[in-house]
Amino acid sequence: MMHTKSLSELSTALQKGSLSSVELTQHYLDRIEKYDSVLNCFVTVTAEQALNSAKQADVMLAKGEGNALTGIPLGQKDIFCTNGVRTACGSKMLDNFIAPYNATVVEKLNACGMPMLGKLNMDEFAMGSSTESSFYGATKNPWDTARVPGGSSGGSAAAVAARLVPIATATDTGGSIRQPAALCGVTGIKPTYGRVSRWGMIAYASSFDQAGPIAASAEDCALLLGAIAGFDEKDSTSIEHDVPNYTAGLNDSLQGLKIGLPREYFGEGLDPAIASVINAAIDSYKAMGAEIVEISLPNTHLAIPAYYVLAPAECSSNLSRFDGVRYGYRCKNPENLDDMYMRSRGEAFGEEVKRRIMVGTYALSAGYYDAYYLKAQKIRRLISDDFTQAFKQVDVIMGPTTPTTAFKLGEKSNDNISMYLADIYTIALNLAGLPGMSLPVEAVAGLPVGLQIIANHFEEGKLLNVAHQYQQQTAWHQQMPAAFMDIDKG
Amino acid sequence: MSLTVKDVKQIAHLARLSIDDDNVQTYADNLSGILALVAQMNEVDTDAIEPMYHPQEVMQRLRDDKVTEQVERERFQKIAPVTEAGLYLVPKVIE
Repeated sequence: MMHTKSLSELSTALQKGSLSSVELTQHYLDRIEKYDSVLNCFVTVTAEQALNSAKQADVMLAKGEGNALTGIPLGQKDIFCTNGVRTACGSKMLDNFIAPYNATVVEKLNACGMPMLGKLNMDEFAMGSSTESSFYGATKNPWDTARVPGGSSGGSAAAVAARLVPIATATDTGGSIRQPAALCGVTGIKPTYGRVSRWGMIAYASSFDQAGPIAASAEDCALLLGAIAGFDEKDSTSIEHDVPNYTAGLNDSLQGLKIGLPREYFGEGLDPAIASVINAAIDSYKAMGAEIVEISLPNTHLAIPAYYVLAPAECSSNLSRFDGVRYGYRCKNPENLDDMYMRSRGEAFGEEVKRRIMVGTYALSAGYYDAYYLKAQKIRRLISDDFTQAFKQVDVIMGPTTPTTAFKLGEKSNDNISMYLADIYTIALNLAGLPGMSLPVEAVAGLPVGLQIIANHFEEGKLLNVAHQYQQQTAWHQQMPAAFMDIDKG
Repeated sequence: MSLTVKDVKQIAHLARLSIDDDNVQTYADNLSGILALVAQMNEVDTDAIEPMYHPQEVMQRLRDDKVTEQVERERFQKIAPVTEAGLYLVPKVIE
């Protein structure tokens, strides 16, 4: 039952030599082989490469080199460029794209000696909240395969939930780490904007996109975040800010911690059953000595409107690079250059991507810039100011990650607006560039629920500490979907 | 703000996206729906608010002007749809 162990337990076994990276990697490859045909978490499985990396990791371990992550396999979201391995980003546009270089995140984790099991499914170009917009088909939620895993990092969250990987990378532009983590019952952290390099991470909305881990616990997330965080001169938006030891502060006491509860996150639209389990989690924090403060984030309702101007505007610019000239899809028999651009893009982008490109193109077009783009940037300031005010009063903010549990496959896929509204609690902090995380609390009717914790810029250590303390008191993060656990084998 | 079929065709052209004639009305409805959602921003007076372009409000840094990586033309062009003599080929632009 290696797949039920924490990263630090696995690491101890690897360091002692009672477990080899090859054994561990093979174990996960067997699980992927057995279960992924049902779940569709992976777009590409890199078995041979993983085993070769595992052999090298075993050599490192035998020499006493490496660190706490050496030898532990992982899954990479298919948005990160992986040298020599297809990087499709959930799109037909990049179905034939073999990346010629590694993203900084990939480079750093390779250097730790973490074998890559494969590339994980996602909404096309990270645009979506259900993983249904992937060219490679929807990923299923391991807790109920008739339901979505959330998105856009649905492959990452579902793979961790079903323990097909011990840990995975993910990205979050409007909630794409936290929302799937919540719906799949796992733990994910979206770091401060600029904390993790975006080099080699295919851009959707560049002023929002940020990478982080999804894992079974805050402790596991802390280990991985420590390895990927930090300044990168290849990313001009990466920030020069010291990376603390995220595991060192996990056991700090929460006595006197001030937790803000924004009333806007507990209002209309929140499933009462979710409100109830979130309140129970907050009671656990009270028992640990935290103080609860009611706060207000009065511009919360403007976050989705502002996001759906800014993110599409940035995406319309970013995705103009996909022109059928240098890499990616090109249409057959183009009549002329314009026909080549139009049909290559028209044939290879999915519906949601086209919608967002068109909204962004419109918002940035002559005569509309002030009414949409500039207006949204001003709203962005108001939303950011709400958080600045709140953090004068409290250390962290808590609330539900999502207003409902996982919805059914197909339920919202033809109604883009209702899909957008499902991100009501996660989007605001991306506008403000703040770090946030989601961790599982008590389930509702067998489906996972996530508690969201938000902290001030660069306070990932605080978030991980607050989440870890809850996970020391409760066992919700150890719940696993029985159908994929091989429990009968002991 | 509601978009017409003609608007959608113009936007699609600006974005260099071919869309099927059968779908234009659906896009007009979808995009109008998004603009209606976005219109909630107009409830707020933002005349005195400074726009926020970036979450960290930092300046772009400069770096030393020195060579860090070499262009590996052959390797990069392996993934191109069509190349010839080290150049990317596209349909003829000038007759």
